[in-house]
Order: sequence, then C-alpha cells, then structure tokens
Amino acid sequence: MPKSLPKTDVVIIGMGAAGGVAVLPLTNAGLKVVGLEAGGWLSPRDFAPDELRNGSRNWPQSVQKAATEAPTVRATPNDQAVQGGHPMMNAVGGTTVHYWAQSWRLNPWDFKVVSATRERYGIDRIPEDSTVEDWPFGYQELEPYYDKVEYSVGISGQAGNVRGAINRAGNIFEGERQREYPMQPLRNSPFTDMMSEAARKLDCNPFQGPAAITTELYDGRPPCQYHGFCNKGGCHVQAKGSTAVTTIPKAVDSGNLDVVTFARVTNIVTDNAGKVTGVDYIKGNQTYFQPADVVLLSSYAYENVRLMLLSKSRAFPNGLSNNAGQVGQHYLSHHQGAPVMALFDRDLHNWYGLPAQGVAIDEWADDNFDHSGLNFIGGAHLLVYTDRKPMRAAKMSTFGETANWGSDWKAFIMKNADRSNTSYIQKTTLPYADNYLDLDPVVKDPLGFPVTRITARYRDNEKRIARFSQDKMEQWYLEAGAIKVTKFGVGNAMGASTHAYGGTRMGNNSQTNVVNQFGFCHEVPNLGILGGSVMGTSGSRNPTLTVQALSWRTAEYLANNWRSVVA
Amino acid sequence: MARDIKNDDSSLHPREDQPEDQPTNLSRRNLLKSAGLFGAAAVSSAAGTQVLAADSSSPVPRTIAIIAREALEVLTAEEAQTLEAICDCLIPSDGNGPGAKEARAVHYIDRSLASHNSGARHNYMVGLSAINDFARKTRKKPFYQLIRDQQNSILTAVQANKVDGFAPSASGFFNMVRSHTIDGTFSDPYYGGNQNFVGWDMIRYPGIRLSASETDVRQGASLEPNHQSAYDNQTYTKMISNMNGQMEGGDHA
Repeated sequence: MPKSLPKTDVVIIGMGAAGGVAVLPLTNAGLKVVGLEAGGWLSPRDFAPDELRNGSRNWPQSVQKAATEAPTVRATPNDQAVQGGHPMMNAVGGTTVHYWAQSWRLNPWDFKVVSATRERYGIDRIPEDSTVEDWPFGYQELEPYYDKVEYSVGISGQAGNVRGAINRAGNIFEGERQREYPMQPLRNSPFTDMMSEAARKLDCNPFQGPAAITTELYDGRPPCQYHGFCNKGGCHVQAKGSTAVTTIPKAVDSGNLDVVTFARVTNIVTDNAGKVTGVDYIKGNQTYFQPADVVLLSSYAYENVRLMLLSKSRAFPNGLSNNAGQVGQHYLSHHQGAPVMALFDRDLHNWYGLPAQGVAIDEWADDNFDHSGLNFIGGAHLLVYTDRKPMRAAKMSTFGETANWGSDWKAFIMKNADRSNTSYIQKTTLPYADNYLDLDPVVKDPLGFPVTRITARYRDNEKRIARFSQDKMEQWYLEAGAIKVTKFGVGNAMGASTHAYGGTRMGNNSQTNVVNQFGFCHEVPNLGILGGSVMGTSGSRNPTLTVQALSWRTAEYLANNWRSVVA
Repeated sequence: MARDIKNDDSSLHPREDQPEDQPTNLSRRNLLKSAGLFGAAAVSSAAGTQVLAADSSSPVPRTIAIIAREALEVLTAEEAQTLEAICDCLIPSDGNGPGAKEARAVHYIDRSLASHNSGARHNYMVGLSAINDFARKTRKKPFYQLIRDQQNSILTAVQANKVDGFAPSASGFFNMVRSHTIDGTFSDPYYGGNQNFVGWDMIRYPGIRLSASETDVRQGASLEPNHQSAYDNQTYTKMISNMNGQMEGGDHA
C-alpha cells in the first residue's frame, strides 16, 4: 500500500519548463505546492564545455526515467511502431536546463488559423483531413502572460512592435506587445552580419530572435559568455534562463514550494465522483500517495497523455478525462527538419556561437504573405545561427566534393570545418485525423507500464511549406555568397520531438478538446494540464515561451478562482 | 567514467603553466613517434618490449610509463592492431600533418567500448574479425599487414556493403567506426583521444574557452589555440570539493 503523505493544496507533476513556471504565481498567492520531479538538481559545475558528454554520451539524460520510456513511432496504423530515443530530460528545470532557449511569442494568426483562413482565402483552404480549430482566445488574451514570463525568466531580444510602433530592428510581423524586452538581444557576429546584409538585399527584414539568455546582469545572473557549448549544454554561468535558476528558486524561497526529486508518478487517483484526489509516486523502494486539492500535470506531451491513459478508474474506465475519447488526439510533432545546408568560401567564425544567436526572417512565416496563388496555408520561420563544435564540424557533409574519409577528405575538413552552415526552418504544422498518441500494446517501461505510441505523419500542407521555404532559404544563402547548397528531404513520419503538441488539446468544445480555455479538464474540474499538449497549433517557432505563458495563466486562474475549482 | 585519468591527461598535454614538464615530454613523445611506439597498437607490437624495458629502468619519464601500463580495456591485441590500421586509413597521417593515429583514436575507442559505447562491443568484435577474414581470403594476410592501397580498397568495399560477416551490416560497421574515429580524434582529450590536440589543430579550432569576446570571434581561426581540456578547469572535476574545504578552512583561520 502507498504511504499516505499530508495533504497539500496543489501537487504538480514535473518541474520543467511548464510546471517550473506555474509554481511562481501559485506560491505567490500563498498556496502550498508539492512539485514532483523525476530527475534531480544540477549545478553549473555539471555543465562542462564537453561536446562528447553533451552530445554523444547524452550525459546525464541517458540514465533517466525518460530514457526508459521513450515513445514508439510509426507513420500510419498499418506500420510497426519502433522505439527510438527520448528527446527530453528529467531534472529540476527539465529540458530548459539545456535547451536552445529561443523564446518566441506565437504570431496572432496561429491562434485563429480556421477563421482567419476562411476570411482571407475561403474555408476550403483548410486541409480537409485536418482537425484544426481556432484557439479559445486570441493573442491579446495571452499577451500579459507572455510579458510576465519574459520579465520573470529574463528574455533578451529586440521588440518589433511596441503598442503599434514598428521597429525594423525587431520582427515587424510580431503581435503588438506592451513594452520592450527586459534585455538587449544577443550580440551579432561576422556570420550574422553577413546573413543580415544578404537578407536586406532580398528585401527581407532580418532580426535577432528573442532568447531566455541574459545579455547583462539580470536578477543576479551574469550575462552570456558565448563559450560555444550552449547547444545541448547547461549554462556554466546561469545565463540560460532555465526554470531551475529563475522561477523555481523564487518559489522555494517563499516557503510554499516543496520540490521532491527522483519521484516517479505512476497514477493520478480519482474518486467515484470523478474528481482527482492526489497522485501515487515511487521514490526509491517506497510508493507514496500525495493527496491534494488540485493536480497539475506538466510532464511533457508524451508523458501527460501516457499518465492520463494509465490512470483508469471507475469514473474513467478509458483513462482519466477520456470519456469523450479525446486524450491522445490532435497530436503533432513540429515540422522543424528538412533544413538547407550551405558551404562558403571563407571561414564563418562560428566556433564560439550558440543556437539562439542568429538571424531570422519572418517574411515567409504564418500568414505574413499572400497565399492566394499557393497550395498551402501557413509558412516557415527561417533562422540561421552561430553554433559550431569540433566533432560535429568534422562530421560535416562533403557536399559531394570528396569521399568522406582518407587524405582528400582530411584536406577538405581542414579547409572547411568552419565554412558550412545549416539553417533551422520551423513550419506551421497542423493536427490531422489519424495522427494520435496512445499506449503501445507491446513495449513497456521497466515498471511494466506501456510506453506512448506515436502514430503520425506529415501531410501535403507541411511538405509543401517545406519545399517552398527551402527555396527561400537557398536564395538567402546564395545571396550571402554560398558556393554550394544542399536541401534535405521533407520527411514523412512524425518522430518523437522536442516540439510535441496536442494530445490534451485546449478548447471550448468538450467533445473535441480535453481541457477548457483555462487549462482544466472538461471532465475533471480539479485537474489542470500544462505544456505543449494543450496547444492545438504549432505556429512556426519554438513553443517554450507560449507553454510558459499558458502555464502562468492556468496557475493564476487557479489562484484567483480557488473555491470554484476545488468545489 | 570510474577511473581517474586526470593525471595521465595533464602529463600527456603539457599545460602552458607547467613549462618545466614540456621539453621532456615533448621530446620523448617525438622520439616515441619516430620509433613507431606511440599509440595503443604500438604496445602490442614487437617493439613494445622497448617500452617495457624503458619502464623497468629508472627514473622513467611519466609519459612512457603511462603508456606502458595502459591496458587494452576491451579490444584484443589483434583487434586493436586492425582498428589502428583502419583509423589510419580514415584520418591518415600524411603530408597535411598528423591524423587519427597520433590522436590515439584507438585508445579512445577501446575505452569507450567499456563505457558509453559498450553496446557496440559485439559489432566491433564481429566486424574487425570479418575484415581480417576478408583480407586473408583475398590477400593472404591480415588487414593490418597489407599496404595502404590494399587496405583502402577493402574499406571501400566494406563501406559499399560488399563484404559479408558484419553485424548488422558492413556499411553500418563502416559508418560506426568512422563516427567513433572522428569522436576519438576531435573530442575533449579527457576521453583518451585527440592527444596533443592534433584533432583541434587539424581543423583550426582555437580551443575551449569559458568566455569568448567579440574580438576573439572576429579573429576566428587566427586566434591562438589554447590547448586546454574542459577538465583543466577544476570547477568541473572531482577535485573541487577538496578545494572548497581548503578555501573554507582558510576563511575561518
């Protein structure tokens, strides 16, 4: 029998990007919070500038809970699902410990894909097999929460639209914001200068994107040191705004947050009335029951869906809050592959760069351009960035110039190790019928619980955006002087992704969505869900800031409406 | 990694703040290199006795002593010798300078097969044996005794998946060994490869810095290489706890 613990106001499952932000408004409101985390605490001493450890050895992710329950993947229901790796890590701070830290707001169009498309091009332009809906609210509703997170976590960037005033140094297509970013953007470099100049020649508006990385002393944290090990690495000076060094410590200091590390949640417990009463978790050899008035589930899209489907009860025989059969539906992996790669005839000076230090253009993203003569909706955000390390450089493409070993190859990499660049192109990705998450019927974790199974593939809309945006990216590289350009394939199966959306989608219709507009389950009023799993569209940029703004909003709603939520 | 090789590494990579170590080690290393004694495979070669002889006399320069007492942790002697020949084909020592052999990529791979690459142990065992079988069948000699052109043509056939006996496939084996050879040549020297920073110098990587200024970045490859391991920064090592204790004691005194 589980050992029962003293009751708390709120128990949060997962202290990552989402749960790690939600703790701040909750504890500020005086609520007592228990934060359960499957990993432990890491410190700057753990973040050596070591490419092998960060990349190939996958330290410290390789020994973690997530690694033992990686999803299986198949493109269609007729394929055999195969287990791959898990893209996320367990730690206080979750994957924000080592993420790229790009911290975008979504474009206003991403909140109203259906109605805006209908209005501008006609409803038949929505792909017929897509299950996309408008969000239950627009960009303006989320704007204050974006602002709170930008200032709490500490985002550096250049605003493009402050209260309607357009600044071409920033993203001229962004939604209106109430004020500037708290810090100046990351600095430019010889490479970003070169690419910016080329973008301007193409009549595009280049800008440095926003990052959860300090560029000055902020909240006691020193500025970025540009040492070049940001990609897949934790920050040695805490410039990267992981929730482990920003919001979580503040909540702990309030005395209202108790973080329990190495806690593996196995079940969300429900009473016969259909309300949740707490969670079961294993720590060491002991199983505990943590009772709570409210449960917030923030363990990432795959684990959120998995735990809901595993938590069966009399009230919910098909999984928690799944009587409408919507848990696992409307899943999508962001289409962020299919890059373009370029070779230049001069060194690019990227050895001491980072993924968040780059140049973006937004001319071909979202609905920022006229789609009348095109056969897709949405678009792609084009980013080039400074990030180069020795092992990865030595494994660079030879662009067909030599074999990939031997003396000729050696001469090639000696000359070109710092002369190639690969773009990052994020595309509008839609939910579709027959793209979903469920429990794998065969593959289980070491405790005997089935892992998540991904059944999903990209459709024509994503593939058409991919080809369209690759052509734009090729033009940009060539304008900058690239001597060779290579395009990657546009993909098919949606693999396990760091940008996973849906599965517990947010919306007003309880027959097509799991959570309501505040993030609480239609079928379980005291169970809230945080993370990309509530998002119904991807936009064409990194999701973390939106996930965090939504988490803050759900937590604030809970604090302000405590009695009605727990009633 | 369980074993503490910190001392080994610092003796093999003289640091700028230890000038007195540098001439001895460097000259001894060059001597070993010219005698064909440097690298994991050299220990198992006939000339290895000279290393052992040197080790039994005293005083012994640390570099030699360390190599002499380096065990092959996973690979057999013949596997190591075969792999050394493969690595030398992949990233050759040639007119453009040192390659995988001088980087000691085989030493790196051998140790990695006991740790983060342990899952590949079987693939190496089967694959290296298949390459020697093929060499004996077609050329009457093991792979490592063939001349370079013959070795290259065999590796070309392996890469094209035209040789049998590999798990899971010849081309898969080739790609894995290529990847590991690059890892052993270009990763942090802590892991036993990239000796004397030959990999980083090869591609003009100016080295690990905890901070890079705008000026550093604009200099690019003309920035002076600093030849440091990440673990030359004591904050990332096991030593810091001892250091903290001393520092705290000092504060209280």
